[in-house]
Amino acid sequence: MKRPRFPRHERMTIVNGILSIVMTIVILQLWLLTATMNAFLGGDQSTLAPAALASLICLLLNAGLLRYLYTLDR
Amino acid sequence: MRRTDPESPTTPPDGRPLSEQPRWRKDFPIHLPEDEYVSRRDFTKFMVLTSLAFVAGQFWILLRNATRKAQAKPAIRPIVAVADVPVGSVQTFQYPGPHDNCVLVRQGESTFVAYSQVCTHLSCAVIPKPEVDRIHCPCHEGQFDLSTGRPIAGPPQRPLTRISIEILGGMVYATGVNRRVV
Repeated sequence: MKRPRFPRHERMTIVNGILSIVMTIVILQLWLLTATMNAFLGGDQSTLAPAALASLICLLLNAGLLRYLYTLDR
Repeated sequence: MRRTDPESPTTPPDGRPLSEQPRWRKDFPIHLPEDEYVSRRDFTKFMVLTSLAFVAGQFWILLRNATRKAQAKPAIRPIVAVADVPVGSVQTFQYPGPHDNCVLVRQGESTFVAYSQVCTHLSCAVIPKPEVDRIHCPCHEGQFDLSTGRPIAGPPQRPLTRISIEILGGMVYATGVNRRVV
């Protein structure tokens, strides 16, 4: 069986770090969604597409971090 | 995750010994602490799914905006005769659709303002008060300036949607809808 790259306590630190970053990004996305909804209700169309793109980038970052999380034990 | 009693197939939530538990709990053992335990990996996966939901929300708003832009501009519609609206009085009307309640206020001899009656806070029906130059929302005590529609007190953050009006031949016409952020 191949030995994991990091010892257990280091892996837990990495996992906790990844979780913190993911939660921060999700909170950022929540703010982005509320700001976008406010702009849409007020008829401001200029921010909608950039906000959607930014949210998509946040999702890709989160997905990348999750993927790295699952490869940690390999 | 270690069980408190390695011989026990389940950990009952009431804490009583297995001999006092109902038969079904012995037949279908579930280690409840393990069952309720959420690993950090599972929680991270859940957060990423939440992130996906937020992205879906963003694109839903984008789609709604696209359909709104594709809709035709609202038609010009007569509201009321000028002579039927005394100075300082309020007239309600529907524009652009039959369920879009609006208010027309005659502030002066030739000064008219019209707004959507939907409060920008939580969509209550606002009440114009021309005597104090304000529009009042009774739900949460929001106040808007009558001349501009901008919020001046209470929880509303966005101005009221303004209805563009024109006076032609003694009639007041609604000509468009103007949503605003500030």
